[in-house]
Amino acid sequence: MATVSVCQYHPGGFSFENCKRNALLEADINKLGFSSPAARKTGTTICGVVYKDGVVLGADTRATEGMVVADKNCSKIHYISPNIYCCGAGTAADTEMTTQIISSNLELHALSTGRLPRVATANRMLKQMLFRYQGYIGAALVLGGVDCTGPHLYSIYPHGSTDKLPYVTMGSGSLAAMAVFEDRYRPNMEEEEAKRLVRDAIAAGIFNDLGSGSNIDLCVITKGKVDYLRPHDVANKKGVRTGSYRYKHGTTGVLTKAVIPLNLEVVEESVQTMDTS
Amino acid sequence: MISAQAYGENGKMKEYHYTGPVEHKFSPYAFNGGTVLAVAGEDFAIVASDTRLSEGYSIHSRDSPKCYKLTDTTVLGCSGFHGDCLTLTKIIDARLKMYKHSNNKTMTSGAIAAMLSTILYGRRFFPYYVYNIIGGLDEEGRGAVYSFDPVGSYQRDTYKAGGSASAMLQPLLDNQIGFKNMENVEEVPLTLEKAVQLVKDVFISAAERDVYTGDALEICIITKEGIREEIVPLRKD
Repeated sequence: MATVSVCQYHPGGFSFENCKRNALLEADINKLGFSSPAARKTGTTICGVVYKDGVVLGADTRATEGMVVADKNCSKIHYISPNIYCCGAGTAADTEMTTQIISSNLELHALSTGRLPRVATANRMLKQMLFRYQGYIGAALVLGGVDCTGPHLYSIYPHGSTDKLPYVTMGSGSLAAMAVFEDRYRPNMEEEEAKRLVRDAIAAGIFNDLGSGSNIDLCVITKGKVDYLRPHDVANKKGVRTGSYRYKHGTTGVLTKAVIPLNLEVVEESVQTMDTS
Repeated sequence: MISAQAYGENGKMKEYHYTGPVEHKFSPYAFNGGTVLAVAGEDFAIVASDTRLSEGYSIHSRDSPKCYKLTDTTVLGCSGFHGDCLTLTKIIDARLKMYKHSNNKTMTSGAIAAMLSTILYGRRFFPYYVYNIIGGLDEEGRGAVYSFDPVGSYQRDTYKAGGSASAMLQPLLDNQIGFKNMENVEEVPLTLEKAVQLVKDVFISAAERDVYTGDALEICIITKEGIREEIVPLRKD
């Protein structure tokens, strides 16, 4: 039976079509003295933990472009299905698009099977796609959810390998977060303790890793309920500036001014109300 | 998992063979981050720096100020490679002592600036990876700021930002202190209180967007009474 979830037929294996062209373009750009644009990376701390009733996923909210903060409050916990969420580290566009593609395919798959999707299915789809691209899609993911077989947590690497573990961390702040996990993780924790542990692990990444920062987002997934806590903890507030930097009217110099009147004749007037419910 | 690459066709391990010359790279420099800022007023000078020392994605120290007091009227701010900052300040301290002993007077800000330029150019072909800014009072008691590049080119300024967030701070200072790109503004001379407030606000903004800037801000205020220090907390993430 043909699968409804794939739009194009993939003959299998890696498509090397654009590699030669990309290499030539890169060389040309460098010859002219410019550097090719750097993809925005999330430079992140993400983590997940399995506890008594489900999984808790956590992420920081800083996105960097080189060593400059591009987004101070971006969302790194992505929706896959009502019972499965995925944190993403690495290239921001890659994590966003990969999770959206798998979310879409998983919804079609769930309609086809008539069942709630399983975390293992999402894991299998993600790893097969990432392996197909041989690591060129820079997405490092922490996938977690609760299905009919129980709570599950996976870490997925850009080249397509996965690990099924009770606690995982990814991103540039993963070492700081893992240090906290290795100290305080216990199997079958209560919800509050699990939330506190994930919060502290992300906080360790935020304060000790330069690529992570701002706030802590949490996602608590249990059987039948998802608590998407954004933000769970505003760990860093913007400093309060004492001066006022508003400009008075007329500060920006007007060099030339051209006024062109448009002479319009009202022929017909009709009002269409939009359904904003 | 056993890698298949180490085994040949007959099942025995392949002989290790040398693939050709391998290039190793050692860089004598490291980038330790940090931002420095100096502002000169009518009868005062301010030198401010953040106190974060970093390397790569890690933080070495949250309390490593980059302002070094040279004399009662001069402060040097240096950021870049911390190893070279330390050596350079040691050399400058020694040269200040030598000058004091042979000329029986303390070096003036302008003299220190000229000397620093020659010290830096002396290492033209293996530079000190340091961005220096000197702030102090000149012989007439007016505020002076001297800014340098890593090999010793310098000029006297009214205000200058250096270090990792310099590109973010300098345009803001150009607008607020230099009144650039503004029309119909009353160009009032900068007071000490306004300058300190501006320096604090500007560093708060830099800490938002530059990952290397944060933790705390140390402000050295130089007036004819002496050098006063103020420490303000910044974002720690």
